[in-house]
Amino acid sequence: MEYPNQSGFRQQAGVRMRGTPGDPRDPSLLFDDTSAGGDKHDLSGVGKGPGVCPGQALISDPMSNLALAYGSSLASHGREMMDKNLDRFIPISKLKYYFAVDTVYVGKKLGLLVFPYMHDNWEVIYQQDTPVAPRFDINAPDLYIPVMGFITYILVAGLALGTQNRFSPEILGIQASSALVWLIIEVLAVLLSLYLVTVNTDLTTIDLVAFSGYKYVGMIVGVIAGLLFGRMGYHLSLLWCCVSTFVFTIRTLRLKILSEAAAEGRLVRGAKNQLRMYLTMAIAAAQPVFMYWLTFHLVR
Amino acid sequence: MAFTLYALIQTAILFTNAIAVLHEERFLSKIGWGAEQGIGGFGDEPGIKAQLLNLIRSVRTVMRVPLIAVNSVCIVLLLLFG
Repeated sequence: MEYPNQSGFRQQAGVRMRGTPGDPRDPSLLFDDTSAGGDKHDLSGVGKGPGVCPGQALISDPMSNLALAYGSSLASHGREMMDKNLDRFIPISKLKYYFAVDTVYVGKKLGLLVFPYMHDNWEVIYQQDTPVAPRFDINAPDLYIPVMGFITYILVAGLALGTQNRFSPEILGIQASSALVWLIIEVLAVLLSLYLVTVNTDLTTIDLVAFSGYKYVGMIVGVIAGLLFGRMGYHLSLLWCCVSTFVFTIRTLRLKILSEAAAEGRLVRGAKNQLRMYLTMAIAAAQPVFMYWLTFHLVR
Repeated sequence: MAFTLYALIQTAILFTNAIAVLHEERFLSKIGWGAEQGIGGFGDEPGIKAQLLNLIRSVRTVMRVPLIAVNSVCIVLLLLFG
């Protein structure tokens, strides 16, 4: 029975080593400060440890060594399996493109959403068949503004309901899930109509989510104006934002959905182009409808 | 309008069930929406009606088996939790 005594002796020595930095005579320490001991263990594993005893305690106890190695290999194995499986369902690398934004882009894009009338060139810049990151091209869609707009809309809705004494914490969840459901319905409807009209476009689903999410900016402006200036302010600012969102959506989607010639403004006859124009206008007209539907109950 | 995600799932299940119960020869052919009327010429683009018929037919083919499973789960859950 030599071994347990030895390990017990060494563990006690380890405990004393761990206790020393914490000064065992100090009454304010309620329990042993094991963080320093943990650091010492790691240090002794990596480089030269500060003392001989902790290093010997780790090496002399092969069970903990084995457990440490097994645990770390299990963790890394689990993590790489999760990465591999997650990448199958949600394309993480594609999502990263939509969040490659910077402050200048966000500022310019927000200005464009509220005042799209002075902007001339709405085409997306390509670089060898792939679109350039939103940081370098103001016309590229991004997901940062829609996500932030959605969250801000939920918070502003809570604020607006709070000023009318209609607030409760469940309301936030109800508003969030309601707005999310309408977003999903809108994206599905647009996808369905794009399929029925057989449009050959490179609009992905995430692009459509981004374009549908741009209306939250107008909604937030409307609700805040309604909080500050009453119903008149709400109606005026919402009207302005609805018109500008309508124009923005038409000008952006026109280039993606219509054929080349029609997008340049030349009148192209043919039922196909007419149908696509109607589709673009319908998608754009749905934006103000949603903007009003999702905010009118917030401003009384 | 308090829509929850659960309402969306319910709506999706009901819609898919509605499309799945349209019988091919008893109903769709009678109103001119059968499978053979969907395939127009191979030259030009299909057109909206052909796309719609294609969509209905593919939804029925693809979702038949998963709908059995989803409906069973739904029935059990509704029986248990009302």
